[in-house]
Amino acid sequence: MIRFDRVTVTYPGATTPVLEDVTLAVQEGLFALVIGATGVGKSTLLRCVNGLVPHFSGGRLNGTVTVDGRSTEHYRPRDLADTVGFVGQDADASFVADTVEDELAYAMENLGIDAATMRRRVEDVLDTLNLHALRQRAITTLSGGQRQRVAIGAAFTAAPRALVLDEPTSSLDPVSAEEVLAALARLVHDQGTTILVAEHRLERIAQFADVVIDLGSSPGQLRTGSPAAIFATADLAPPVVRLARLAGWSPVPLSVRDARRQAPELRRLLGANRQWTVPPVKGDRIAKVKGLTASYGPIPALAEVGLELHEGEVVALMGRNGAGKSTLLHHLVGLRRPQRGLVEVLGRSPAALSAREAIRLVGLVPQDPGSLLCADSVGAECSAGDRDSGLVEGTTRQVLESLVGGISDVAHPKDLSEGQRLALALALVLAPEPPLLLLDEPTRGLDYRAKEHLSARLRELAGRGHCVVVATHDVELVAEVADRVIVLADGEVITDGPARSVVCHSAGLASQVSRILAPAEWLTVEEVATAIAMAAPSNEGAT
Amino acid sequence: MLRPRLQALHPVAWWCWAGTLAVAASRTTNLVLLGLIFAVVAWVVTTRRGDNPWARSFGTLVRLGIFVILIRLVIQVLFGDRVPGDTWFSLPSLPLPHWAAGVTIGGPVTAQAAIGAICQGAQIAVILACFGAANSLASSFRLLRCVPAGLYEVAVAVTVAISFTPQVVASIARVRDARRLRGRATTGLRGWHGLAVPVLDGALERSVALAASMDARGFGRRSISPRRRRLTATATLGGLVGLGIGLFEVLYSSSASGVGLAVIGFGGALVVGGMAAASHGSRSRYRPDRWFVTESVVVCSALAALAGVLAAGGSDPSSLTQPLYPLGLPDLPLGALAGILLAVLPSFIAPTPRSTRAVMSEAVA
Repeated sequence: MIRFDRVTVTYPGATTPVLEDVTLAVQEGLFALVIGATGVGKSTLLRCVNGLVPHFSGGRLNGTVTVDGRSTEHYRPRDLADTVGFVGQDADASFVADTVEDELAYAMENLGIDAATMRRRVEDVLDTLNLHALRQRAITTLSGGQRQRVAIGAAFTAAPRALVLDEPTSSLDPVSAEEVLAALARLVHDQGTTILVAEHRLERIAQFADVVIDLGSSPGQLRTGSPAAIFATADLAPPVVRLARLAGWSPVPLSVRDARRQAPELRRLLGANRQWTVPPVKGDRIAKVKGLTASYGPIPALAEVGLELHEGEVVALMGRNGAGKSTLLHHLVGLRRPQRGLVEVLGRSPAALSAREAIRLVGLVPQDPGSLLCADSVGAECSAGDRDSGLVEGTTRQVLESLVGGISDVAHPKDLSEGQRLALALALVLAPEPPLLLLDEPTRGLDYRAKEHLSARLRELAGRGHCVVVATHDVELVAEVADRVIVLADGEVITDGPARSVVCHSAGLASQVSRILAPAEWLTVEEVATAIAMAAPSNEGAT
Repeated sequence: MLRPRLQALHPVAWWCWAGTLAVAASRTTNLVLLGLIFAVVAWVVTTRRGDNPWARSFGTLVRLGIFVILIRLVIQVLFGDRVPGDTWFSLPSLPLPHWAAGVTIGGPVTAQAAIGAICQGAQIAVILACFGAANSLASSFRLLRCVPAGLYEVAVAVTVAISFTPQVVASIARVRDARRLRGRATTGLRGWHGLAVPVLDGALERSVALAASMDARGFGRRSISPRRRRLTATATLGGLVGLGIGLFEVLYSSSASGVGLAVIGFGGALVVGGMAAASHGSRSRYRPDRWFVTESVVVCSALAALAGVLAAGGSDPSSLTQPLYPLGLPDLPLGALAGILLAVLPSFIAPTPRSTRAVMSEAVA
């Protein structure tokens, strides 16, 4: 169905190719998963399939890409629209119409599909993606996850033979992500659609894949194979696979179900009745929110939210897409003034402070860290940061060095990898030493290695007395770093408690390891590894 | 045929209504008539717009209109022709070399000059308000769907251009947020300094992404031959230009001539022919907007306003202008007043758009 024959892609102005000598074939009706380190060319590979590379991006493509027997050399993206549905990384930038229904119908209108079929297919997609409640809504009033589902639906409706998706679940909450993946699996099984997906968060998607295309960490390392074979040795592997490697399970399980069937021995070894010490509330109160209510026009965002944040703790802010997480962060950092209620950081209201005073109290790394960057080199960015916050020249650069080493001063921020860009934004925010640090969805686009690095840095910051609040859908990140989890739903605080008990006792928010080892409350592979190392001679002793 | 409950008013009807009122406004500098047109437009907008993002464009354009009036007044006071009449005050006049004859700076400012400038500014402001009303009442995406297939290149450009403005607005908000997060000023002159490059950069990037997304979803597929498409596009656009010139000729020339009417007829024929050739089955419509009696009534109500103004001008041209010598209150041509009042009809007969809240609660129920 999709065939790459010795494809090499070089973007205009670049000296080295992004993809080098890629040859692969995806058979009809398969679910193919593309993995690889950040910046290794996953998006480029996907954009080649319907000819957006090179027809839209420019640059050189050597070799041939064919879809359903049609070569992208002769067919432009629009001519392939009936064969390939494409969902890009940035859903927001893809919307043409005003309302959900019109957006879903757009591709079909262009293909000239008759009105009755259109009505039926729109209905089908509304059901498949659970969008029926939003059909008449203006797209601008939807939350991020809802928009992502609309973007996927807009590619579904034209009933293409192949569907190409670039990180379709990275901005979705765990439950919506499962829904989207289930819908994709249904398309593969019921209609024989060929699916090509690139993802970083493999824990949910690995079990659905028939084929894995591993681009490795640099061009020219391409491997293709069955999921079990690839994941047995792949650098980037989800927690279930790492647990399997630790416990020596074979074949490597990809789903919680398969892992549990192999886990009884490990569970016995670890013991069922382990008592976890609940970490005490660390230090002094840093921030206080009381009775906070907010809305966007007619849409309520927060309702009577109250919480306190303390020195030295890492707090995970979780909840469905549109539950009000970002709104709460925007209030804490003073981008929005409370309509009702109180927001205080160290006794002062951040919205009432000047920008320069505010950044010494509280810093936010927004969802798209690149939006913080505006200079044309890392060095210039760092010195601009020093000037902005009135620091000694070189402070920001030092902070950056302590986060990630080896970023060149002359590199353009746009040429950095996702992880490096996040580190740069984090360094800018951290340089004035705000006691309260907020991060909005920091793991989007990060591979496992970059994520581990981020977790370690966040723990360090908490150890130095910062209060770190992370709004995220990434349960594995929460399992690794959080002391405390706050769950929002429809703008209300639903749960506020120690991470271990919240994560282990919630159906939607549980980490893979906790699911595999339930009822014992284990969160991460590292914990298990330490416990095994300590308990190896006997069964007890680990505390 | 009965109008379905959820069917919004046809976007073309709203644009015709607003466009006709704008033409009516362009025929008069009578402040009473202009004020009445503005009141009618504002009333219809407030009663019949939805709560969607584009509904806010009316307010933006009204503010722009006020700005235009002020600028017109300032230019008149500083550099305008020295209109004779009752002097209010005198500005020091700057002597200019002889090659700049005709340009004056400073000098006496007369009541006639100031009021004349205000009237002209107000005329432009009301036309802008009509344009804003059309934007607020009808979604530009739905309007574009009415463009026939032959005008695809034009439609692509217009879609991307239309999305560019909201992208810029969103981009400004993002960049200002980012600046605050970095501890830079966000208000005052310093807040705006250095904003342009990142804002345009971001908006441009998103516009390109939008074009890629449209392409990937089959926009502009070759359904009729490129040669035929070029031909129809040329015919339609040429016809539209002809229509415009003809209308201008008829509306603005002092002496009525057959030339204008002939050009209108020729242009109209070209447009109809081009569109008919271009709409040859290539794309289909999901929930097409349909034309009901209400749409016709809405358009006719605006035509009544235009007819009233034209009739008043026909019987007494001075009734449409502000009397300057001597300064006095403008006439109250009854026909024009009645006609403009009729244009408020859509506020009673056009379907009410449903609010987001209503859509949400309905979906839950």
